Amino acid sequence: MIDSLNEAVLQAQAAGCSLGELALRQEAAQGLRTREQLEAGLQRALEVMRGAVARGLPGDLRSVSGLVGGDAAKLNRLTGPLSGTLFTEVLAGALAVQEVNAAMGVIVAAPTAGGAGVLPGVLLGLAHRSQVSDAVLVRGLATAGLIGGVVALRASLSGAEGGCQAETGAAAAMAAGAGAEVLGGSPSMAAHAVSLAMQGTLGLVCDPLGGLVEIPCVFRNATGAAIALAAIEMALAGIEFPIPADEVIDTMGEIGRSMDVRYRETAGGGLAATPTGRRLAKERLVQIKRSGKAT
Amino acid sequence: MVSLLDIIGPVMVGPSSSHTAGACRIGLFARALLGGQPEHARVELHGSFARTGQGHGTDRAIAGGLLGFHPDDERLRDSIELAAEAGLDLTFENAKLRGDHHPNTTRISAKRGDRQVSVIGSSIGAGRIVVTAIDGFHVDITGTLPTLVVVAADQPGTVAAVTSTLAEAGGNIATIKVSRRQKGGHAIHIYELDEPVSAEALVALAALPSVQSVRAIARVA
Repeated sequence: MIDSLNEAVLQAQAAGCSLGELALRQEAAQGLRTREQLEAGLQRALEVMRGAVARGLPGDLRSVSGLVGGDAAKLNRLTGPLSGTLFTEVLAGALAVQEVNAAMGVIVAAPTAGGAGVLPGVLLGLAHRSQVSDAVLVRGLATAGLIGGVVALRASLSGAEGGCQAETGAAAAMAAGAGAEVLGGSPSMAAHAVSLAMQGTLGLVCDPLGGLVEIPCVFRNATGAAIALAAIEMALAGIEFPIPADEVIDTMGEIGRSMDVRYRETAGGGLAATPTGRRLAKERLVQIKRSGKAT
Repeated sequence: MVSLLDIIGPVMVGPSSSHTAGACRIGLFARALLGGQPEHARVELHGSFARTGQGHGTDRAIAGGLLGFHPDDERLRDSIELAAEAGLDLTFENAKLRGDHHPNTTRISAKRGDRQVSVIGSSIGAGRIVVTAIDGFHVDITGTLPTLVVVAADQPGTVAAVTSTLAEAGGNIATIKVSRRQKGGHAIHIYELDEPVSAEALVALAALPSVQSVRAIARVA
């Protein structure tokens, strides 16, 4: 798998194709999976993403601990300044998927379960508003996969290693690059979208209450999706981020490596260590035991 | 090798690829090693599995794996209740396993009829697992390929006998690892294969004089 987004852009430009198309061609050429198998796998992922958004939007789910659920539905009440726009649809989609995840529903870990809301929120929102076909969306998922692969190889996709910047941050970068391409942006615009999204999540810590993928994870998927949307808008307008994508990704890795362990999924710092964070985690964990939901 | 489908995937029941999907796969592995559904299983949760496993459904994921459910099976959510209905007697306990283990580790001791297995497995991120011990033998199995677990006499020629039987059946070996607890006793052979072994080859392997047991384990990841 390719380990440089700058290099991927050059190759896509030379081949006259999108980053997603390049990713599909390159992996098929390695011989482990055919192009048809790859496209079928991504099509299934797309369908699971759709199912997760649909399952989460009605708002009747609660997480295993009971701490989160029902918030995606609130965005449909047409109360805010952006109600009824693509923006709220994207936020609702991201929240919905993450609420499904927290309730032990079926999602696509893209790149991880903790960041699973961003990509479906953004891509399915764009697809709905701009009438993007499934074939184009599947290629967009390949773009997202290529970007995530570069992040995995150069930095990390694990909150335990790199903080939330490696989970919802990486997901935002993937969604930004894929979204830019799905809407007709060039490979170079997609790479700038990646940089623009990731620069906005650098340093983001992983600080889940009680170590559960609930608070702030659910909300951070929505804000991650908002950052991806901002990056897509800027990149398609021709705005270029001065630091190349590879260097931004390397920076995320470097920050992750130097991040204190309290901020890497251990629930030892950040929001998890606030008085309310500690109290909620303690109360809910005790309740899980009492309710017999788990042993 | 990272595939696009590893980054856009796996499709799984939430909430955590390591605490839920990976945990389920360790349960699936233990079930396959046992050769079917256990009647009893004792699950020891170590490190982060013990600390945050409840909120992540780690216990339900392991129970589901023992029942043969895969990480994308929605029945995982109710697997503790389903295990009781299926006659699987389950106990969970928090434990501090001796030695160096990944923070997300479990030891599953399972019993079915007169067969008993003990498996230590770790969930190492993004749903990937490593099985590090089987019945006290050190192993290193990822579950990403069909795996053959052979316990045989620790004597010269045993590996050759097994590999030539596999070659006759047309099976290609991706990796081999042999380890033993002490010299001259029994050794465990782990063969990771490109394709599953045929039923005939399994019979032929079991009939080899030095072989004590053979288990074929399908891919769990």
